[in-house]
Amino acid sequence: MGSTTPPVAEATAVTKRFGSTVALRDAHLTVLAGETHALVGRNGAGKSTLVSILTGLQAPDEGTVTFGGEPAPRVADRDAWRRRVACVYQKSTIIPELTVAENLFLNRHAHARGGLISWRTVRRQARELLETWSVDVDVSTPAAELSVEQRQFVEIARALSFGARFIVLDEPTAQLDGAAINRLFDRIRELQQQGVTFLFISHHLQEIYDLCDTVTVFRDARHILTSRVDDLPRTELVAAMTGDADRGAAPGGRPRPARTDGTAEVLSVAGLSATGGYQDVSFAVSAGEIVGLAGAASSGRTELAETVVGLRAADAGEVRIGGRRPRPGSVPAALAAGVGFVPQDRHHQGYVPEMSIADNGTLTVPERLGPRGLIDGRRRDALAHTMIDNLAIKTPGPGQHVSGLSGGNQQKVVMARALANDPGLLVLINPTAGVDVRSKEFLLGKVEETADRGTAVLVASDELDDLRLCDRVLVFFQGRIVGEMQRGWHDHALVAAMEGMDLRV
Amino acid sequence: MSETTETTTTTTVPSAPAGARPVRRIAVARLRDLALIPAIVVIAIVGQLVNPVFLQTDNLVNVLQTMSEMAVLVLAETLVLIVKKMDLSLESTVGLAPGIAAWLTVPAGAGHGLGLLPGAWAVPVTLAVGLVVGAVNALFIIRFGLNGFIVTLGMLIVLRGLLTGISSGQTFFNLPGSMLYLGTTEWLGVPASVWICLLLFAAGIVVLGFTSFGRSLYAIGGNIDAAKAAGIRTDRVLWTVMVTAGLLAALSGLMLSGRLASVASAQGNGDIFTVFAAAVIGGISLNGGKGSMFGAFTGILLLFLIQNVLTLGGVPAQWIGALNGAIILVALVISRITGGKAQD
Repeated sequence: MGSTTPPVAEATAVTKRFGSTVALRDAHLTVLAGETHALVGRNGAGKSTLVSILTGLQAPDEGTVTFGGEPAPRVADRDAWRRRVACVYQKSTIIPELTVAENLFLNRHAHARGGLISWRTVRRQARELLETWSVDVDVSTPAAELSVEQRQFVEIARALSFGARFIVLDEPTAQLDGAAINRLFDRIRELQQQGVTFLFISHHLQEIYDLCDTVTVFRDARHILTSRVDDLPRTELVAAMTGDADRGAAPGGRPRPARTDGTAEVLSVAGLSATGGYQDVSFAVSAGEIVGLAGAASSGRTELAETVVGLRAADAGEVRIGGRRPRPGSVPAALAAGVGFVPQDRHHQGYVPEMSIADNGTLTVPERLGPRGLIDGRRRDALAHTMIDNLAIKTPGPGQHVSGLSGGNQQKVVMARALANDPGLLVLINPTAGVDVRSKEFLLGKVEETADRGTAVLVASDELDDLRLCDRVLVFFQGRIVGEMQRGWHDHALVAAMEGMDLRV
Repeated sequence: MSETTETTTTTTVPSAPAGARPVRRIAVARLRDLALIPAIVVIAIVGQLVNPVFLQTDNLVNVLQTMSEMAVLVLAETLVLIVKKMDLSLESTVGLAPGIAAWLTVPAGAGHGLGLLPGAWAVPVTLAVGLVVGAVNALFIIRFGLNGFIVTLGMLIVLRGLLTGISSGQTFFNLPGSMLYLGTTEWLGVPASVWICLLLFAAGIVVLGFTSFGRSLYAIGGNIDAAKAAGIRTDRVLWTVMVTAGLLAALSGLMLSGRLASVASAQGNGDIFTVFAAAVIGGISLNGGKGSMFGAFTGILLLFLIQNVLTLGGVPAQWIGALNGAIILVALVISRITGGKAQD
């Protein structure tokens, strides 16, 4: 460690606020030249804010950033930032309609005499650049045809061509399969030997032990620890991510009544597979039971839950709901089979913002509003009033547009819609994302209440609080169920399993 | 969080032997540009069978002259569509720009002009009106972030109304000589408007294909965030495109007024639909970032060649409107078949 060269990048006492929320509090990070440095933390720990400050997309409210000992350029000076640092985001920053060559040299094309672009030179330069960093991609390919892996290599080469020797990789492995991950790691090690420094962000802790030299943990907008990877046992890494207070047995709610044997299976999933989602998944949920699907963002849990409710279709296997087999990939069929569901992103799929609470809440049950598709306004408002009372939605009345409600109340409207058809199976995907604490407790209480009335509940989430009320939790990792935990699991154990690590090793 | 669009293609890096692939790629890229050429050849053969006049130079020059004003509009709209914006107001600028010039320069009494300015001012005034209209569009769409479709729809109505207002719904004639020049002169035996149209397209092909500015249009239309990240001053480029489009529409209006030696209050009315049709037939995507200037040119050329064949075939004038619409649909189908890709 005692090298005399200044760190490649250093953030000191950085604080960043967004309105009243503090995204980073007095955080620091030191990345030494030539190392591969891992940055880990659960969602909301402040990783992405730190990355956007390190790459110059945002200026910190307090604190300083230095590169190689020199202060960072002004935020407006994009060129200066690009010479120091680059980030390969999960979301592509490549323009699909243009060729690889043009993407590499966009806005700095080679010009021939006469001021016109010389495409020959551009292609030659692009070929040379890719050869220098041994990226085997044809430069005339339209960028849209690149695989995720090739796209990442091209973006890395582009970053290097600006002169940056410090590269941030934001969850680069999330969309790759095992073989591609190995090739990526080989490439990272090669580049590391050529003097490139990486900041590696990943949700898969095992990868950090495979690849990285140093690891920094963030939690609740603060820096928790920085350590050599070799000196940090896995249990301690997980403990640093989840917090010291081992809450022990999950306290969620009151003890649930023991299930009597022989209750009807409401949902059964058998041998379900979908490419790019999940493989060979089988499980069953009985009436009155709450089952959690835990896993990281790209683990396949969301895709599986969406398959159950008909938002997507599986390639193989079958879903049975209440003994029937609704047509795969059809939401109306799933609703008819007795499914109610809360989709992943309420802004995206949950509600129509410029429609009233009454209209939104009754979207799935038009048949209750009047005969032959006609809508009886009084019947609709009566139904809406029941929903508002039932879910304690704070609103002047059922005519209020959903866009005017708070996040928690919006989610209650979505929940009300899910419950509107008295579902036999309730499927919840990230049910408390972006919801205040009071609404969260209320919503989760509602879920338990619903289960007590005999509804089978499936909760797909990575929020521990959502999963705590489950009778059992199935853990997804890279599209497969890798474990099942009965009620009373320890936070550390579940988080480790979700991050692809087995603490028992 | 959300599912990715790219998960399915995880092919391995090692690719086909170098050398074999680039050739094929270039060929495919060129083919997309040339997608309408077979259709144009077919129309030429049919036209020749219908009436031997079709392939004579006079007839072809006539077709080019008839389409030149519309073609300049297609050029303008192509620029706007590539950056993923829209400009419907072009067709009203075609009328208003020369209309205001005529209003200010035509002597009072002769053709209900005001006669405030000498005739030499007509061309600068026309172009200035185009600039201002483009700048107003840009102000609303880029500066204030309003939806381009609705803004330019509003502008279309406002500008048409202004022309109707200043002309009292009548036609300006007795235009000054400078306004007639482009529509009447011949250079090297070919009408000036044909030269201008062809030169503008040649310039458009070079700018879009071989300048950083041109490439930045594709970058912005394809992924504006990535374009910003690449250091492109996106707002400046968008302003330039909107203002250029207004300017080109004014030029188109000038050419049309010159050829007709008048400015009718309905000049340009309804043209925008043909313009959009020609651009889309020519392979310009309404979703931005896709298409070439040459493709746009073949699009408008195909439409006018088909119309010419119909006229030569003796189709009665009152049926031309219905046939025009049908032609656009058929041409879309043809370009879909020859282009091989779904339009978006």
